[in-house]
Amino acid sequence: MDSGNVAWMLAASALVLFMTPGLAFFYGGLVRGKNVISTVMYSFVAMGVVSVVWVLWGYSLAFGEGGDFIGNFDFLGFRGVSADDPDAMLFAVFQMMFAIITPALITGAFAERFKFKTYLVFLVAWITFVYAPIAHWVWAADGWLFKMGALDFAGGTVVHINAGVAAIAAAYLVGKRRNVDRGVEPHNVPFVVLGAAILWFGWFGFNAGSGLAADGVAVNAFLVTNTAAATAMVVWLILGNIHTGKMSAVGAATGVVAGLVAITPAAGFVGPMGSIAVGLGAGVLTFYAVRIRHSLGFDDALEVAAVHGIGGVWGAIATGIFAVGGIGLIDGDAEALVTNVIAVLATIGYSLVVTFVILKILDVIPGLGLRADDGEEDAGLDITYHGERAYVSDGAD
Amino acid sequence: MIKIEAVVRPERVNTVVDALLEAGCGGYHVSNVTGKGTQQGVEVFTGRGAAITTRAALPKSVITTVVGDELKEAVVAAIVDSSKSGEEGQIGDGKIFISPVSEVVRVRTGERDDEAL
Repeated sequence: MDSGNVAWMLAASALVLFMTPGLAFFYGGLVRGKNVISTVMYSFVAMGVVSVVWVLWGYSLAFGEGGDFIGNFDFLGFRGVSADDPDAMLFAVFQMMFAIITPALITGAFAERFKFKTYLVFLVAWITFVYAPIAHWVWAADGWLFKMGALDFAGGTVVHINAGVAAIAAAYLVGKRRNVDRGVEPHNVPFVVLGAAILWFGWFGFNAGSGLAADGVAVNAFLVTNTAAATAMVVWLILGNIHTGKMSAVGAATGVVAGLVAITPAAGFVGPMGSIAVGLGAGVLTFYAVRIRHSLGFDDALEVAAVHGIGGVWGAIATGIFAVGGIGLIDGDAEALVTNVIAVLATIGYSLVVTFVILKILDVIPGLGLRADDGEEDAGLDITYHGERAYVSDGAD
Repeated sequence: MIKIEAVVRPERVNTVVDALLEAGCGGYHVSNVTGKGTQQGVEVFTGRGAAITTRAALPKSVITTVVGDELKEAVVAAIVDSSKSGEEGQIGDGKIFISPVSEVVRVRTGERDDEAL
């Protein structure tokens, strides 16, 4: 057990966990003040609920040796994952942080109107029936996409395309927010930037930790992660200026996230110039995806599909193109690209359908249901579901 | 000239100001307040979520506009129609206060009273 690896992997795991509260603030700043607690809570409780599910059965379902499509129950309650085999527990710990943030990403689609208690049930069901299987396909040694050679270094499919597509199902079923036709102004832009900065910081663990070692691959992943994020930010600044005459902070923050999403599958396989290409493509594609989403009138409130879905798809394709070492299209080898496209399509199909089914079922269970009623949505979810107000300045009573 | 101050639900502000402009108001301003009327307060947690207390103060928005006397009924109707909750309304829909204004001055030009509205 290499102590350098262990030290780095523990640090990387903590970094990835920190991304979830970062996401909480990124999303929280984008919504209206009466819903910021609710939005933050969607991410924050994922840390609680998914951590417990992961230990109980999530890790086992994702990484047990159950065959091509799913794990098994060998590791229930983390049995068989002990200090005697420290690399196994380390891997399970690191992977847990990915399982936590993935469903939290989806919440951006239904922010400001989704019932909190239904969300708790959704978390458990989604990790079990959507996240664990897809993680198994791509990252477990006996998963069918892993065996096929899909190149997904840190989770472009498992995390981002998965969440982005689930977001489409969710936004479609939950419906548009009330009174948003004039557009919603973010209530706290500094939170959005703070959140994006925390995501950027934590993403170094997400990507540079995914080689599971403190080595040259990790260093390269670190550099390309930063470069792609930076390139995508610059692209969003420029495009924002071209289309609106101004460079918004929210645009810059969104560009950063888009670049980070796209470099996720590529971080172990592309070099610095490849990462600039990844960032460029991510910036351009997500910028216009967001505009298209607006013109469609589809209320994916916080652009999950446009940023994570489209960013993830581009990342998967770009990995197949720009991978170095003779395996990318730039070196004439199309195999990785083809395999990645298959992985993308499989993820999209499965996530869309199963998420849809889960939400449909939750909608009809008495006592659950997906959407806050009109009065609750107008009053704001913070006071309705959490009995709290984010900003109290009245000093009354 | 009269000042019309409408205390309404915050989520109605956009529809009310649209209705005001349509009724002929030259402008308005909005402020967010907390207060209590017939609608009882809101229950909030204190002490790390362990205790509940009722705060009398509820968030509302006050929309203020100054118009000529002849617009009074049109503006009041516009506010009521755009801020009432449904056909019968609900407790908490708000109140409108009308008071006389003795003089108005436009800063840019120095125009007074009716020319300044």
